Amino acid sequence: MSARNDKDLLPVNPEPGDPKPGYLPVADMAHKPRVTDTDPKAARRAERQVAGMFLLSMLSVVLFVVAFVTIDVSTTVYVPVLGVVGASNLALGLTFGSAIFFIGAGAIQWAKKLMPDVEVVQERHEMTSPKADTEEAAATYERGKEESGFARYPIIRRTLLGALALFPIPLVVMLRDLWQTPAGANPVEILSTTAWRDGMRIVPDIGHDTGEGVEGMLPAEIPVGGLVSALPYEIKDTKDDPAANFRQRGKAAIILVRMDPTEIRSQQGEGWDYQGILAYSKICTHVGCPIALYEHRTHHLLCPCHQSTFDLADSGNVIFGPAARRMPQLPIGVDEEGFLVARSDFAEPVGPSFWERG
Amino acid sequence: MKFLAQRRRRPWVAVVLLGFALLVVGGGYAAVSNTAPAEAAMGSQTQVEEGKRLYLEGCSSCHGLEAQGTQNGPSLIGVGAASVHFQVATGRMPMAAPGAQAPVKKDIYTEEEILAMAAWVASLAPGPAIPTAEQLDFSDADVAEGGVLFRINCAQCHQAAGGGGALTDGKYAPSLMNATPQEIYEAMLTGPQNMPIFNDETLPTEEKQAIIAYIDDLQQAPSPGGLSLGRLGPVVEGLFMWTAVFAALIAAAVWIGIKAR
Repeated sequence: MSARNDKDLLPVNPEPGDPKPGYLPVADMAHKPRVTDTDPKAARRAERQVAGMFLLSMLSVVLFVVAFVTIDVSTTVYVPVLGVVGASNLALGLTFGSAIFFIGAGAIQWAKKLMPDVEVVQERHEMTSPKADTEEAAATYERGKEESGFARYPIIRRTLLGALALFPIPLVVMLRDLWQTPAGANPVEILSTTAWRDGMRIVPDIGHDTGEGVEGMLPAEIPVGGLVSALPYEIKDTKDDPAANFRQRGKAAIILVRMDPTEIRSQQGEGWDYQGILAYSKICTHVGCPIALYEHRTHHLLCPCHQSTFDLADSGNVIFGPAARRMPQLPIGVDEEGFLVARSDFAEPVGPSFWERG
Repeated sequence: MKFLAQRRRRPWVAVVLLGFALLVVGGGYAAVSNTAPAEAAMGSQTQVEEGKRLYLEGCSSCHGLEAQGTQNGPSLIGVGAASVHFQVATGRMPMAAPGAQAPVKKDIYTEEEILAMAAWVASLAPGPAIPTAEQLDFSDADVAEGGVLFRINCAQCHQAAGGGGALTDGKYAPSLMNATPQEIYEAMLTGPQNMPIFNDETLPTEEKQAIIAYIDDLQQAPSPGGLSLGRLGPVVEGLFMWTAVFAALIAAAVWIGIKAR
C-alpha cells in the first residue's frame, strides 16, 4: 500500500494540534435518524408508498395496452396548453412514460426512506501508479527514441512531419468536386451572371408554371406597398429540366417592391427604378437564403436565417446583421408594349461571396 | 390677409396646416393611385352616418376627425372597407396602447357596427372592398398550388406551417392558425401594418383562394406528435429539450440527492 496517508488527500484538521491524523469530518458527523428509522408507523407508510408506486407502474402498463387497443389513431383531443393532439399518441406516451417513471420513483423512495442511511467512509488506494511502473514506462520510451534514431536523424524527422502535414490536403482538394461545372465553362462567370438581360420581361413567380401563358407584368398592377416575387420570362424554357430550372431560379430570383418615389433615398444606379418600382435580388448576400421579409412601411428587408437587414429605400445597403455586401439591384424599365423588363443583368454577382469574386 | 398674418404664429396653426397638408397629400395620392378596384356597393346613407358617428367616438383621437391621420395614426383615406373590417374585426383596432405593432385582441364592435365604419371610410375615397362570399369560397381551390404560392409569397414571414415569426424592432408576422378566410383575404388585399400588399392584379382571386385553402388545410392538420411547439422544427424542439426537459431532469436529480428526513 501507499506510503502516504489520508491526511495528504483529505481536508485538514480544523484545529491545529488536533491529535487525530487523517481527520474525516463526515465520519465524525452525528448520525441523525430519519422519521422512518424511529417511527414504525412512518416506516410502514413509506413501505406502502413504494409498493404503491410499483403498483401504479403496473397499472400504467395495463392502461397502455388498453389504450393501444381501444383508441383509434386518428382521434384527436383538446388539451389545454398543448392544443389539439392525437389522443392515441398522448395516451400511449403518458402510460408508457409513467410505467417507467414509477419504477424509478419507487426505487428512489425506497432507497431514501427505508434502506440504511448511515454515513460510511470508502477507503481508496492512491491514484498514481507505483514508482517502479512509471520509471519502467519512461525507460521504455527513452529506449524507443534512442533505437529508432528519431533524435539522431533530423532530416527523417522533418520529412515525416512534412508528409503528415500534407496528407489531409487531398481531402480539401476533393471539395472542389462538390460542384461540377459544364466542360469549358468558367465557374466565376457562372456565379457572376444570371438570366437577366436587356429587354427580358419580368413575370411573377407562381411556382412550376412560372412564365406559362403570361405576357408579363404591367407597372400599374403593383400597388405602392406591394411586393412581388418574380423571375425572368424565359424561366419557362427550363420547366422540363428541374436541374436547370433550379440553377436559374437560384440566381435570377428577384423581388419587386413599390414605394412612393419620394421615399427612395438612393439607388445603385441613376433611374434604376420604374415609377417607384424597385427590383432587388431575392438571394441574401450572406449565405444565400431566399429573402422576402419586406416591411413596406420601413422598407427593411430582413433575412430569416441570420437577421441580416437591408434598406431597400437606400440602395439595399446592409443596416444590420452579418451580410457584408448590399443587396444587388436590377435596373428595370418597360418595353414598347408597356410590360416591365430588365434593362441589363445585375451589375454585381448575386448571392453569397465566393473565392474569386474579389 | 391681415387676419391670417396676425394669427400665423399661434400654436394651433401648425396642427391645422399639418392636417390640411395631410388631407391634400393623402387625398391627392388616393385620387391618382391605382391601389385596387373601388368599393362596388357604397353603404346606404344611414349606414355611412352611423359609421361616422362610431368613427368619431372610437377612432378619431388617433386617425383625426376627418380620417386624415395624425402623429399617432395613419390616414384612413383610401384604405378601403376591407382594411377597416380586418383591423377592427380582429380587435387590432382600436389599439389599447401604442407599440411596435397592434396585437389581436377581443373585438369590441358588432359586425354591423364594423360594416358601418367600413362604409364610412370607403365613402371617403376608393379603396379595396370587403371580399364577397364568392371570392372567399375556396371549396374548388387547389391546396397543392396554394402551398406553392404560400411558400413563394407568405412563408418567409408567416413560416412554412403558418406559425408566424419575428420581424425587426419588435414587429412580428402573426400566426395564421386562427385566421379566418375573410381575414386572410383582407390582409393580402390591404397589407395591414408592415405586411406588403398583394392586390388582385399581382395575386389573382383564384390564387388567393388557393392560399386560403392551404392555410385552412394547415389549420385542420392534426399534430400527431403531440406538442407542436409552433411547428418550427428541430431548433425549437432542441431548445425545448435543453430548457424544459433538462430542467425537469435536474429537478429529479435534486430530489434524489436530498437527504430524507
